[in-house]
Amino acid sequence: MVKVYVPIDSTALSLGAERTAKKIIAEAQQRGLSLTLVRNGSRGVFWLEPLVEVATAEGRVAFGPIAPEDVTSLFDADFLNPSSASAKAHPLYQGLTDDIAWLKKQQRLTFARVGITDPVSLDDYLAHDGYQGLKNAIQLSGEAIVKVVTDSGLRGRGGAAFPTGIKWNTVLNAPADQKYVVCNADEGDSGTYSDRMIMENDPYVLIEGMTIAGIAVGATQGYIYLRSEYPHALATLNEAIRKATIAGYLGENILGSGKAFHLEVRRAAGAYVCGEETSLLESLEGKRGLVRFKPPLPAIEGLFGQPTIVNNVISLATIPIILDKGAQFYADYGMGRSRGTLPIQLAGNLKRTGLIELAFGVTLRELLYDYAGGSASGRPIRAVQVGGPLGAYLPEHQFDTPLDYEAFSQIWAVLGHGGVIAFDDTVNMAGMARYAFEFCAIESCGKCTPCRIGSTRGVEVMDHVIAGKQPAKHIQILRDLSDTMLHGSLCALGGMTPYPVISALNHFPEDFGLSNKQAAA
Amino acid sequence: MDHALTQAQLDTVSAHIKAHQHVPGGLLPLLHAIQDDIGFVPETTYPDIAHALALSVAEVHGVVTFYHHFRTHPVGKHVLQICRAESCQAMGSAALENTIKANLGVDYHQTTTDGEITLLPVYCLGNCACSPAVMIDDEVYGRMNADKVHAIIQEVCHG
Ligand SMILES: Cc1cc2nc3c(=O)[nH]c(=O)nc-3n(C[C@H](O)[C@H](O)[C@H](O)COP(=O)(O)O)c2cc1C
Ligand code: SF4
Ligand code: FES
Repeated sequence: MVKVYVPIDSTALSLGAERTAKKIIAEAQQRGLSLTLVRNGSRGVFWLEPLVEVATAEGRVAFGPIAPEDVTSLFDADFLNPSSASAKAHPLYQGLTDDIAWLKKQQRLTFARVGITDPVSLDDYLAHDGYQGLKNAIQLSGEAIVKVVTDSGLRGRGGAAFPTGIKWNTVLNAPADQKYVVCNADEGDSGTYSDRMIMENDPYVLIEGMTIAGIAVGATQGYIYLRSEYPHALATLNEAIRKATIAGYLGENILGSGKAFHLEVRRAAGAYVCGEETSLLESLEGKRGLVRFKPPLPAIEGLFGQPTIVNNVISLATIPIILDKGAQFYADYGMGRSRGTLPIQLAGNLKRTGLIELAFGVTLRELLYDYAGGSASGRPIRAVQVGGPLGAYLPEHQFDTPLDYEAFSQIWAVLGHGGVIAFDDTVNMAGMARYAFEFCAIESCGKCTPCRIGSTRGVEVMDHVIAGKQPAKHIQILRDLSDTMLHGSLCALGGMTPYPVISALNHFPEDFGLSNKQAAA
Repeated sequence: MDHALTQAQLDTVSAHIKAHQHVPGGLLPLLHAIQDDIGFVPETTYPDIAHALALSVAEVHGVVTFYHHFRTHPVGKHVLQICRAESCQAMGSAALENTIKANLGVDYHQTTTDGEITLLPVYCLGNCACSPAVMIDDEVYGRMNADKVHAIIQEVCHG
């Protein structure tokens, strides 16, 4: 029977994929046609979602975007027989999915299976190289696993880019009866959705990565701290954990190795600061999410005071391919000290948005124009915020910067979790600077003064600037305030709010009522 | 405002407290369970929660109020969240917010007079590839405008 695929990813659903799927079933019934409908993940080509695919001997053929209203015309064009002249003539015919240029040019390692498999099918996962990494890992000592991760050059994808192997080594060498692996799935950064896509579209790769982490450092309990805004990811993860446990990939005796690893999803409760790792641990312990002083590092005294690995979803979901294909395979991608690939998330005012996984080194310009095709509005792209709400705004003359941790820090910007938000020339950058302070004020945990008081003060100062009241004086206050927050905050919420603010001011002084000359002074 | 709980609701709360009292770090899962079933976390439940988890009432209160997700008062039949974060701003969410507020006749954290919809702000729904985004109950909707939101509200409330 012919197989038809309609994604179950929540962005695809947000565009009507559920109704498209139902309409396909109904239409087939009405016409007396039989087909098997598979709810796969999304490949992240969101400008073509809902993307309907039909399996053929040559590969899957894509049609998109298919709104529910387009389904009848698909059947009229005999799309179940995609090599027919009528199917090829359908205006939404896209040819073989794998040949779509936007996808073909990507280097999908972490996202290798995403969009291809049925997310909760363990058989599908195994048939697409799933659990090869774990099979290798259980043959190795903890030290050997950690060495592979270290040699791969993988750095944390949650924002701080700390070498994952070094963190694991600290936990490995911390003696304790109980250790933990905590997955940071709080994904609070605006403009990012790669964690969500992994959890909804390939949950087993995260489960496998956490299991390898547990075996490596001797941790028997894992928690996934999942933001409460992701109900679909919650359901998918729980289903996958249940199936993995039944099949012996989780539990007391993993694949007969004698090693145990248990996994549980815990829901966050809508506090951005709980994405900060120590605040997250407080929250997991059932407390208010106040940021902890460091040291001690979570690797030494983490959850319930025990040695704990805290890693981002993407960091952990990249472990299986590293253990499968080897450290060198992964390290061969990338540039400088940024090894491997980065799942980049295109967002905001862009024509073709979606997930792009590429080796480090691609430039913003290639992403914004070659991949995204420019702005959605058709107006010039004026500013791009990279790295979430604490990331700097970049003007056009910085679009040739390669995506590389060090190259970004040289221009006082960050890659963060890989989110890229484009704004066209209708944006008011003073307004964005005000919003950065406002967000910080709403989300501050309140533990330190520069952040708690500074953010509210920042909103007031920006109100004066926007109202055109003594701009020179207030901009000096703005700079002093940002300096205090930058140097005096306990965590990056207060400490990095100056990035969007000061970058907006420096690159777009005209929006702050200053001429370029005044700004330079 | 008085939010006296029914006997069935009290039983639900007791069952959840019992199920969570020995779970490590069980307070958040417990609060989620209560809010999922009752729609909010009634302040009248604090003493029982505190007692079962060996906390003070002030500590329970501190946790409930720290997190944006938890609420201590009932909400409308449906919750509409509008994303206010940067990607959605880049696609016109500010205007969308204003129109929806005007159409519903409420501000954030308020419920329409017919008790149908509570409006809440949210900071990113992970749907930034299709901004502006809103969430109604557990479903996300992308590439929204005021007319589309209106149509979805009609469907959810009366459909
Ligand atoms: C305010 C704030 C919010 C953060 N939010 C997240 C988040 O949502 N997800 C995440 O993985 N890391 C987040 N981080 C970074 C974490 O503190 C930590 O560096 C990360 O979880 C470590 O994992 P990694 O090494 O795999 O990146 C945040 C940091 C700060 C200061
Ligand atoms: S910088 Fe802000 S969020 Fe971070 S610890 Fe200080 S008050 Fe809390
Ligand atoms: S910024 Fe609105 S959904 Fe992410």
